[in-house]
Amino acid sequence: MRPEHPPEFPLAVHDLTVAYHRKPVLWDVDLNIPEGSLTGIVGPNGAGKSTLLKACLDLIPKTSGEALVYGKSYEEQRDLIAYVPQRESVDWDFPISARDVVAMGTYRKIGWFKRVGAAQKKQALEALEQVGIGHLADRQIAQLSGGQQQRVFLARALVQDAQIYFMDEPFAAVDAATEQAIIELLQSLNARGKTVLCVHHDLATVSRYFDHLVLLNMRVVASGPTAEAFTRENLQKTYGGKLNLLDDVAQALKNVGRH
Amino acid sequence: MNWTVNDLHIILVGTLCAVACALPGTFLLLRRMSMMGDAISHAVLPGLALAFLISGTRTSFWMFFGAAVAGVLTALFTQWITRFGKVERGAAMGIVFTTLFAVGLILIKQTADHVDLDAGCVLYGALEYTPLNLVTLFENDTFIVQVPKAAVVIGATLLFNILILGLFFKEFTMASFDPSLAQTQGFRPMLMHYLLMTMVAVTTVAAFEAVGSIIVIAMLIVPPATAYLLTRRLSLLIAFSIVVAVLSAVLGHLSSQALPYFLGLPETTSSGMMATTAGCLFLLAWLFGPEGLLKKKSGKLEMPEELS
Repeated sequence: MRPEHPPEFPLAVHDLTVAYHRKPVLWDVDLNIPEGSLTGIVGPNGAGKSTLLKACLDLIPKTSGEALVYGKSYEEQRDLIAYVPQRESVDWDFPISARDVVAMGTYRKIGWFKRVGAAQKKQALEALEQVGIGHLADRQIAQLSGGQQQRVFLARALVQDAQIYFMDEPFAAVDAATEQAIIELLQSLNARGKTVLCVHHDLATVSRYFDHLVLLNMRVVASGPTAEAFTRENLQKTYGGKLNLLDDVAQALKNVGRH
Repeated sequence: MNWTVNDLHIILVGTLCAVACALPGTFLLLRRMSMMGDAISHAVLPGLALAFLISGTRTSFWMFFGAAVAGVLTALFTQWITRFGKVERGAAMGIVFTTLFAVGLILIKQTADHVDLDAGCVLYGALEYTPLNLVTLFENDTFIVQVPKAAVVIGATLLFNILILGLFFKEFTMASFDPSLAQTQGFRPMLMHYLLMTMVAVTTVAAFEAVGSIIVIAMLIVPPATAYLLTRRLSLLIAFSIVVAVLSAVLGHLSSQALPYFLGLPETTSSGMMATTAGCLFLLAWLFGPEGLLKKKSGKLEMPEELS
């Protein structure tokens, strides 16, 4: 038990360092993600955002440090977490229907060996309806648009019925309607007391979408309520020389006042 | 040309072998690692040699055990070289299986030269000779049912493959489509990976003696690849690969008998013709399938969804 990471936090990261081929990607990351927050993880390309999610989920080895889910190891708390990987991480030519992909979210509850039953298929269909593409349930995933594929992934996370949702760039390369549908979904999860962690790229929408923010560039530059963390100074520290998007930032900061 | 029960036996062995290969082959294709079948079918050689050295026998159990270990090691070494050697997976596979194959050859040459492990037999198989070694399945005063011993060995392997895929169908599907989801749900995708590699290794060894490694590689890859041209439904994909596998075996043997007869050529090998037939079936599917060349060339536009 660590006093600085009390167990009421859905996710607490302690002294996390991750390296690929001895080159550090994350350095001494220390975080507490508050319960019921809609947290955005923001930073430049290669800042280690996806790596942070994956390391917390034991998908890649940690060089040092640990991640605690309500004070316990991830291994003990698997059921509480749903993960939406980046859309490009899977082969969308795989011969499978949208409904069958969504049903994969129930496999842990079904357990080893047993078949997917009618109840799980129904659950999958309901989740697809919830993300607005129930009519595409029997479509092969190769025939879906990028936005529809992203919605399939979200529906799959929904059927996992988790407490904490880890999402890796759900807004990347989706159409405006899908972006709107996703944010509404995140907000409805949030309203039901779920915690959402979301890797995000678009600085212009940060202050509108997230109430909590982690600015990351190998180290944690800032972490806290969006109103406090989303400042010009912090953004400059995060993006450093790479910030040829200064105009974007100016625009983004203007938005802060508006909301 | 006269047909004997031998032809039936050859077709039986060929069919069982083709189907036994097509099943794990489908999942190799879906994981985009079809050439792993090629790699493993070569890399089992040191496993066989070592199993023989240690056990002193050529009994099936030890051969399968040696092959399974070698198959898993191939997958493991490939993984390590890809990760630590910073080379792409195809190259890593090439390094591992050629090295293991060479080690196997040296082992056999050095220590077991007197054993009947004939290189030609390994490559081309001895399908024509399988009817010489029969076992009796059933016998009474009026009836006697005999099948080649190879059919029993490969039939058992086929059952093993059906059993494993039947038990772990949903786990294999998830581990193939989205390993990270499988991992976070606690389904051990690496375990499924090694299980698939074991299936490939065991199937390879079972089929080796009868049909040779060339046709094993062909049957691991070509029927699933052909099916992939015809459908995008997993259940149909498996069904079609089985159909293509059966057709390749049956038509392959028939044409190996018929073609030389009609063309006045010397005899050809059944296993070679089976692999050739599989290739021809692939060509047909590529030309005439739903996504085939002719359809694409026909220049007819598909109706947009909203209008149709």
